[in-house]
Amino acid sequence: MATTSLAPRAATYPGRRAWLYEWLTTTDHKKIGVMYVTTAFLFFMLGGVFALFIRTELAVPGVQFIDPETYNQLFTIHGTTMIFLFVMPMMSGLQNYIVPLQIGAADMAFPRINALSFWMVPLGGILLFSGYLVGGAANAGWTGYAPLSTQGGSGLDLWIASLVLLGFSSVLTAINFLATIFKMRAPGLTLLRMPLFVWNTIVTAVLLLFAVPVLSAGLMMLFIDRNYGGGFFDPALGGNPILWQHVFWFFGHPEVYILILPAFGIVSEILPVFSRKPLFGYKAFVLATASIGALGFSVWAHHMFTTGAVFLPFFSFFTFLIAVPTGIKFFNWLATMWRGKLRFSTPMLFALGFISLFLIGGLDGAFLAVVPFDFHVQDTYWVVSHLHYVLVAGSVFGIFAGLYYWFPKMSGRLLDERWGKIHWVLLFVGTNLAFFPQHLLGLDGMIRRIVDYAPNPGWAELNFLSTIGAFMIAVSTLPFLWNVFVTLRKPQDAGDDPWDGNTLEWATTSPPPPYNFESLPPIRSERPLFDLKHGAVMDHAAALPAGAGETHDETRADPPEESLGEPLEGHDAGEARGEATPEVSEAAPDAVTHDERPAKETKE
Amino acid sequence: MTADSHALQVPHTEHEGADGHGDGGINTAFLGMLLFIGSEVMFFAGLFAAYFNARAEALPNWPPEGLEHVIDPFPSGPIPFLPIIATTLLVISSGTMQLALWRIRKGDRTGMNRALAMTLILGSVFLGMQAFDYIALLDHDGFGINSGIYGTLFYTMTGFHGAHVFGGVVGIAVVLLRGAAGQFSARHHVAVEAVSAYWHFVDVVWIFLFLTLYFLK
Repeated sequence: MATTSLAPRAATYPGRRAWLYEWLTTTDHKKIGVMYVTTAFLFFMLGGVFALFIRTELAVPGVQFIDPETYNQLFTIHGTTMIFLFVMPMMSGLQNYIVPLQIGAADMAFPRINALSFWMVPLGGILLFSGYLVGGAANAGWTGYAPLSTQGGSGLDLWIASLVLLGFSSVLTAINFLATIFKMRAPGLTLLRMPLFVWNTIVTAVLLLFAVPVLSAGLMMLFIDRNYGGGFFDPALGGNPILWQHVFWFFGHPEVYILILPAFGIVSEILPVFSRKPLFGYKAFVLATASIGALGFSVWAHHMFTTGAVFLPFFSFFTFLIAVPTGIKFFNWLATMWRGKLRFSTPMLFALGFISLFLIGGLDGAFLAVVPFDFHVQDTYWVVSHLHYVLVAGSVFGIFAGLYYWFPKMSGRLLDERWGKIHWVLLFVGTNLAFFPQHLLGLDGMIRRIVDYAPNPGWAELNFLSTIGAFMIAVSTLPFLWNVFVTLRKPQDAGDDPWDGNTLEWATTSPPPPYNFESLPPIRSERPLFDLKHGAVMDHAAALPAGAGETHDETRADPPEESLGEPLEGHDAGEARGEATPEVSEAAPDAVTHDERPAKETKE
Repeated sequence: MTADSHALQVPHTEHEGADGHGDGGINTAFLGMLLFIGSEVMFFAGLFAAYFNARAEALPNWPPEGLEHVIDPFPSGPIPFLPIIATTLLVISSGTMQLALWRIRKGDRTGMNRALAMTLILGSVFLGMQAFDYIALLDHDGFGINSGIYGTLFYTMTGFHGAHVFGGVVGIAVVLLRGAAGQFSARHHVAVEAVSAYWHFVDVVWIFLFLTLYFLK
């Protein structure tokens, strides 16, 4: 499956047709990853244009050129697009490309299901936007609160269909990642040696697996209410509109971690590489990630404080509790950089932008956990500001950090640093300019999701600043696109490992061959490539599983005789097996060298 | 796919399983099915949550007035005891499915095919009975999906369960066709294992649905 481009049938179509056929029918995780990233970026720009319409209308008080109904559709489609068609597929794309490489696998566990998951995304996008062809797209906000969402035109039905389809795609992707990571890791890559990006992918996948079906159930209920006279959310029929909020946010809160955890993973990959230090507190980081995932299921009703239908102390307490593992991560990141040999290349700048701005988004979110404060700012621009500091300053900065970091792996070419820094400055300033004034507007009581606002003192100025920021964010995309365009016309001269990376994706060529690896380095820590290049050094021993660090001073050529926290007899059994099948590395080109075990990822 | 190549690897030891190196332990495709079932559990959990939410809001008027006896495990319609009979058949079909699995684990293809065919018939009869029950409820009692929250919940929950039974029937049909073509053996039958796990899941969901909708009310 992974070697589609080597399949004989691909050669039977000449020229352009072969190229197109190859991409349309591929099951290669790298090609699918690239298609995910490209599709998601197109939707990012589309959703961005919608945001510009919104901000242009709000630049000054009064209704300028957008009528209220159009405005409702704009913010609904903007939100839905950015979350379901940009951030989620973008993260899926990066994970698709990188995770199999980082675990030393030849492809995903289910390559054809992987292709299916991808192709549902553009289809879901078409469904969502086709609302404009049937008399108006969805207009109930991305949260689709009942009873607003039980009324309205068929744009909302298309919104439901689109989300069910995208949700199914996400569930299949989650299954695929979990099966891949649990079954296809390279020999020696124990769970506590996995790169943090892989760990974050696991937690994200678990969240998707358990949260998305609940949204699907809620969407089905909404569809039945809308089309078959159902009474789920209609009090007149015995239903309850609050039920929608429960069901939606039971999905919706894990969803925000689904959007941010992969960015955490990206940043945790980049900081050690550009600080020339191992990640500080690897195990604590893994535990923090897992507990964020678990706690994510216990806080959904903090979105519903003002309904009066939820037990406030419980949800407030658990919301604060999430700040603990998140704080652990922040200290890990800071300690990773502490006294490191920092290099301020573009990926590092975006990672630093992520850390500094996501801190704001995290803190203003913690404000919202304070019940009386939440009552005050419910449905104001404070909430808009918070979620954009988390999603733009968080996810988007993380995404760009990942794109700059892995672009040389995907294309074989390094993006231009100058254009990258221009991009970073514009995005950093634009994000703060667009979203910080919204904090003040929210505190002052400006309500969100309304086309107009009162000409109160100061509001016009703050809104105008916000609009300028929005346009700066839009403009910041241009140097990035130009950078990609120019770079792709250059020769592939980045080399396999331009950043002096730690993890396995840098051990293969750029871009990797369809089967990913000719051979793998021995994996003795969470930084196998670092060990290979620099010899094993003591300073990352602390990051290893307990008991593993003490004996970890051999160079890579040494036979692996010491115990690495594993039972000795099992280790011996492994060696004996390796000796029993010495021919295996000839049979499979991606067989492991320098290791006592034969390859497990037999190429298909 | 990958699973098959794993089966060709060197013998499994406990050490490998603990390391998670990919050979040994659970089959990849089967793991995929278990994860999928996990997500399906959450889907039905959403529907059950809706049910118990509506019930808690309405108590003590649950079932709502005038609908107390519509959903009856022992109806006196054209087929008496229809829901009980359907439930019994579905539970038996779980047994025949398991029998199919046991047969192929021993390498008995004919036995597996027979048990699969039996399961297929039982599953289809269950679906037929569900359709019959729907028609009876609609015609006889005028009880539809738009008869208030009670009707909405009943038809949504049993309807989505029925859709899952249909999915299972299709899966069993595929496995049966492949079995008839002799594609399974004592060592290679992960599709049978996966469909069997799914079918048991569908059966267990029905038991919870049946107890909730017909007895607990």
